[in-house]
Amino acid sequence: MRLALLALLFLMTTPLPGHAVNPDEVLADPALETRAREISKGLRCLVCQNQSIDDSDASLAKDLRVLVRERLTAGDSNEQVIAYVVSRYGDFVLLKPPVNKATLALWLGPFLLIICGLIAIVLFFRRNAKTATTAAAPAPLSDEEEKQLAKLLAESDR
Amino acid sequence: MSNKRLLFIIPLLVFMILVGYFAVGLTKDPSRLPNMLAGKPVPEFTLAPLLGRDDKGFSRTDLLDDVTLVNVFGSWCVACRVEHPFLMALRENNQIPIHAIDWREEDPQAGPQWLKRFGDPYTLVGDDPKSKAAISFGVTGAPETFLVDKKGVVRFKHIGPLNDQVWQSTLLPLVQQLRKESTP
Repeated sequence: MRLALLALLFLMTTPLPGHAVNPDEVLADPALETRAREISKGLRCLVCQNQSIDDSDASLAKDLRVLVRERLTAGDSNEQVIAYVVSRYGDFVLLKPPVNKATLALWLGPFLLIICGLIAIVLFFRRNAKTATTAAAPAPLSDEEEKQLAKLLAESDR
Repeated sequence: MSNKRLLFIIPLLVFMILVGYFAVGLTKDPSRLPNMLAGKPVPEFTLAPLLGRDDKGFSRTDLLDDVTLVNVFGSWCVACRVEHPFLMALRENNQIPIHAIDWREEDPQAGPQWLKRFGDPYTLVGDDPKSKAAISFGVTGAPETFLVDKKGVVRFKHIGPLNDQVWQSTLLPLVQQLRKESTP
C-alpha cells in the first residue's frame, strides 16, 4: 500500500516533457524529425514570444512547425529553413540573437566589463603593494637624525 | 586630485547611459515586429477561393497592376469585427480595391458566413487555413493590412485594426503617392 502511494506520488511529481508537437505533425523519418525539433527549439513563437514554437500550443506556432518540416522534407538545410523564417519575421524570431552590428554590444559587453574589472583589480593591488613596501622599509636615518636620537636617548637616561 | 574625482564620476556616467538606453527601450512594444517585407515584392502565394464566392481565389499575380490593400482577417478575430465597418466604408466610397486573406478558419464555412453577416468589402478573398500565405507575409496576428503598389511591392504594413484616423494620416497620403508612380 505504502509502496503504491509512493509510486503514485512519484508519478504525480515527475515533470512530463511538455511538448506541443502533435502526433500528426511528426515526420516519419526520425533523422528529419530530430532536425525539425532542433530548429523549432530555436525559433520564437510570435504569439507568446517567450516560448519556442516547439513548446507553444498557439496555432501559428503549429503552422510554423509544419512549415519547418515541409521545408526539411523538400530538402532544405537547417540554415535555409531558419533563413526563410528570419526573412519573414526578422531576427526577433531567433531565440538566440545572432552576432551582428546591432547585437555586438550585447555579445561583447560582458567580456569588456570583465576585462575592465580585472584591470581595476590589478591596479588596486599594485598601488597597495607599493605603499606596503615603502611602509616596511623606511629610509635609513640621516646623520642629523642619528645625532638627535643619541641626544634624546642620553637625556632620557639621566 | 581631479583625476581621482573623474574616476568616481565614471560609474555614474555609465549608469546614466544605461538608464537612457532602457528608457528608450521601454517605449518600444516588443510585439510589434519590423515589416520584413517593406520594399520587397509580394511573396509567391496561391490561395483557394472562399466557399460560395464566385472569384477564382487569390494569388500574387492579382496584385501586379494596381495600388491595393491586402487585409488579413479571420472570423475568430475580435479586432477584425471592430475594423470591419471601416473597410465597408472604404469599399462604399470606392477608395481602393481591398483583397483579403481569410486566415486560419477551422471551419471553411465560418469565413463566408462572417462576410454574409457583416458585409463583404473585399474584391478577392483567399482561404488560408494553414497559414501558408500568412507566414510568407510575416503575419503575427489579425488584423494586419498590407499596402501594395502597382508593381506588386509591399510598401507599408499596418498592424491592428484600420480606422479613419490611420487612413487619413498615414495610408491615404501613401496611396496617393503610389498612384502617381508609373505603371510597369
